[in-house]
Order: sequence, then structure tokens, then C-alpha cells
Amino acid sequence: MAKKVLMKGNEAIAEAAISAGCLHFFGYPITPQTEISEYMAKRMPKVGGLCLQAESEVAAINMLMGAVSTGARAMTSSSSPGIALKSEGISYIAGCDLPCLIVNVQRGGPGLGGIQPSQADYYQATRGVGHGDLRLIVLAPSSVQEMASLTAEAFDLADQYRMPAMLLADGALGQMMEPVDFSAFEKRELPEKTWVTNGMKNHGGKKNIVNSLYIDPNVLENSVRERFERYALLEENEVKYEEYLTDDADIVIVAYGITARIAKSAIIELRKNGIKAGLLRPITLWPFPKKILGKLADKAKAFVSVEMSMGQMVDDVRLAVNGKKPVYFYGRTGGIIPSVEEVAAEITKISEAL
Amino acid sequence: MITNGIKNLSIVCGHYGSGKTNFAVNLALEAKKQLAGKVIRIADLDIVNPYFRTADDRELLENAGVFVSLPEYANSNVDIPVLPPMLIHMFTSKDDISIIDVGGDDGAVALGMYKDRISAADYDMYYIINMYRPLTATPEAVRECMLEIEALCGLKCTKIINNSSLGAETTAEDVLDSISYAEECAKLCGIPLVAHTYCPSYAPDLAEKIKGTEFENKPLFPIRDVTKKLF
Repeated sequence: MAKKVLMKGNEAIAEAAISAGCLHFFGYPITPQTEISEYMAKRMPKVGGLCLQAESEVAAINMLMGAVSTGARAMTSSSSPGIALKSEGISYIAGCDLPCLIVNVQRGGPGLGGIQPSQADYYQATRGVGHGDLRLIVLAPSSVQEMASLTAEAFDLADQYRMPAMLLADGALGQMMEPVDFSAFEKRELPEKTWVTNGMKNHGGKKNIVNSLYIDPNVLENSVRERFERYALLEENEVKYEEYLTDDADIVIVAYGITARIAKSAIIELRKNGIKAGLLRPITLWPFPKKILGKLADKAKAFVSVEMSMGQMVDDVRLAVNGKKPVYFYGRTGGIIPSVEEVAAEITKISEAL
Repeated sequence: MITNGIKNLSIVCGHYGSGKTNFAVNLALEAKKQLAGKVIRIADLDIVNPYFRTADDRELLENAGVFVSLPEYANSNVDIPVLPPMLIHMFTSKDDISIIDVGGDDGAVALGMYKDRISAADYDMYYIINMYRPLTATPEAVRECMLEIEALCGLKCTKIINNSSLGAETTAEDVLDSISYAEECAKLCGIPLVAHTYCPSYAPDLAEKIKGTEFENKPLFPIRDVTKKLF
């Protein structure tokens, strides 16, 4: 592949997954993520991999569980209502401590909603993606380049912490085209998968069992506690974010994904008018960048969460700021992308009231 | 000039993301500029994916005096696969200059419905290629993709447009690097290469760079990037 190629965000996810050694894709078409399946269908046979269009989202997530329990790198992708259908399987995968990648290219909801971009699945991804005490690693790209690099990173994180990872994108990022460079991905040292169920002879005659059923509540509690120790390590070591002009900012915008790009353009406009705005862009939505927000709350005067939803991430911003400073919200929903002008106008209004 | 000898019907096809819509819009604007007194029409057959398509450029086109036909209810809550009724007129008119933006593979299937009428018309089918798109990065892949589109719509591509671009990051070198690729593609596909597009706003130094070089006489077609910008 040429050094730089022009790709849709969805294609970049698919190509990055293949380069990261994912040779198994199980999907079911839904706009606006279908190019992931399309690209996989074209490329997988050429690299000796498998792209399987399942009969439903429920089937796809269960196929994924089977594939990853053998130690293979594998993934599935969908858009909002499709992820809801996968939620039972995601919980089982988390309960079985299996690493995998689940991609959500968000569209408007609830229900069938629409097919234009949205960020209204933040709660779903970070709170309610399945039943039980569980977390997903949630990564939020904001460019086509990051659609690729965070896909590769998500596989490594999932393997390292033995848990499912989600890439939370949106329809705009999935559909828009930007140049991507595939040459510069970092690779982690990963632990050997000693737990795989690929035949006893492959692991010294020891029987491995992949299971999420524990009838004895004491055993179940211990298994959940062990999992939460890994979650704590993630919170300690894997938080990622980007800061933009926060050093002297009076108002810190908190925005992720495509909305962060809009916020950046708004900040440039606001600074021309003497309003000191900055951006904190969470790259990991879980673990959420709480510490840095707590620190920024010591010097900034106010925070504004800008989202393509009715206000979901704003809850995490409030928890992190912990009452030190006011936290405002601005958002559009239903598939509408806020414009640079309207974000700038909203921040101007807040700044005048401070 | 790209509009020299333009036929009554120009069909614009290619791999998705090759820049079909951008080329179709630019061709319509150029035709309006060069062909005084002619009615210029553009239609969008993208019946599936509403994200980036001609409908976004409606205002720009109509302000320039181009007639725009979109699928009924495009970008509305009932965005269903219904094709613009004006199509029949566009296939048969001997006076108007019509440009049809075939959006992706599904558009090619929709186009196939009219293959008999189109075959009877005086038409060109432009095949848009982009070296920086990974699935059309080699002449072999470009030929394979062309045969797929031809099989879907039952019509033959007649001209190649080199639309190689990295979007806003395209440099003059990127454009020039793609010229020999495009020439090989044309040879392998067996149809003439009629233009290499470039955006002067992204590669303002291109004209200066090619002075006195072998590239000076290549058929360059300066275009505008009309893609919807979000930020």
C-alpha cells in the first residue's frame, strides 16, 4: 500500500484490523457502518481470512465469542440499534474474560432513529452495554487516521486486559474521507493467551474452560472482583486524552469524536474575539480522563460538554469536576451535527454570563 | 477542454469514494460556463447512502443555472429508492446536456434498468479513478472494478478520468505521481484517458511546476472541491 492512502473512516477501521492480525470478521449490514463489511468481504479472502455475514446481529456476536475463545483476533461491527441487539452477547464475552473488538458507528436514536451521525450511545457504551457488573474499554477516534490507529490499539488493550474493547465512532467519521498512514502503529508486548480453548494438546494437556456461569455466589463474586482489579489497572494506566489550548483557558470545552473537531474550529474563532477557550478531548471514554479534568477545574472558570446527544458525557464531566466549577451542556441530536458557528455562539453566551 | 465534443448524455461512474460526485458537479459547472445557451442538467442516482452526494451541492448548482434532479424525497425522512422522473427526458433529449452521477454499486444497478434507452442515446460513460484509494491503487484493480460496474449496469465505460487525490492534503507531486498510473490504467482498460483533475486550491504551484516538463501538454482539468465540510 502507498505510504498515504485516501480512505473512508469505515474502510480505515477494516484495513487497520486486518493489519493488526484480525482475520475473522462477523457482521450484519446496517447504515452507516456497512463499508466495514463491504471492505472485509473484498479483502479477507485475499489475506486468507474470513468475512462472514451472519443472519442477524445476535448471531454475529455469538460467532465472535466462539472465535475469540480459541485465541483468534476477531471483531464485529454495527450501528446503534445493532449494538443493542448484540448486548446479551457482549455481556457473555465480558463474563468469559474474552478479548475482542466491537465497533459502533453511531446513528441517531432511539428506536430505528435515523441514519445520520450521533453520539447518543455514550451511556450505552460506558454504562449499559450489557447486563451485570462489567466495563468495556471504549475508544473514541476523531479522525480517519485515528479510526485506524485506535482500532489497532483496541485489539492490543483487549488482549492485555483480557476484556472486550469498543471503538465508538459516528456516521460522519465512518463516511468521511481523509488520508491515512498505516506505517506508524505502535505494538505492545502482549501476554501469552494461556486460557484458549484450542485443544488440550496445545496447552500441555490442561483443560481450559471458557464460561460465564457460576452458581455459587461466592465464586461469582470472586470472579467479578478479580475482573474489577484489572479494570482498576486500566483506569490507572490507560487513560488517553488530548488537550488543546487548555493552559490559559477560562472555558474548557469537553468533546470527543467528530464534535471535538468542530469544537477546535470554534475555539480558534472564539480566541479571535478574546474569549479564552480550550478543549479537553477524551480519547478513552472508559476509562474516562477524570484526573486531568479535576486538575483543570482548579484553574478554569467553567466547563462545557458539547455532544451530539441530549447530554450524556456531561454526567462524567460533572463527576470529574466534582462541583468545583459550573458545568454546562450544549448539544444537537437526531443526526444533526452542530456547526462551528452555533458552538462558538453558545460558548460566547456562557462566557458573558461568567 | 473537457467539454469539447461533450455528448448529450454523460454518465459518471466509479468505485465508491473515487470522487464521482465532485467530478460530476464540476463537469456540470464547466459545461454551463462553456456552452452558452444550452440547458445543463444533473441527476443523482445515489439511492442508498445519503452522506455525501449531489443533493448537498444543490444550491451551488442551481445558483449557477444548472437544473438538478434528485431522487424524490432525497435527504428527507422518506428517503426511499425512487429515481428522478426527469431521467427519461435526460436519456432521450437531443438538445440538453445531461450529466448523471451514478452513486456507487447500487446506483449502477439502478442505471441498468435503463440500459436499452441509454444504449440508443449518444452517450459517454466516464470511469473515475483514484490511485490513492486502496482498492483501486493498481491498474489491475482498476480494470477489475470497471468490469464489475459494467456487469452491474450492462453498459460499457467509454472514457477514463484520473481523479487521484488525497483530499485537502493533495500536493502537486501527488497529482503528477498519478499521471503514469492513469495512463497505464487506460491502456489496460482499453479506453481513452481524457483528463487528470486537480484542485488549484490544494496544489497552487502545479501550473508553475509543470512548465517546460513532459506534463505541460497533459489534459489537466482544474476542479473545485465541493465536498461538504463539517468543520
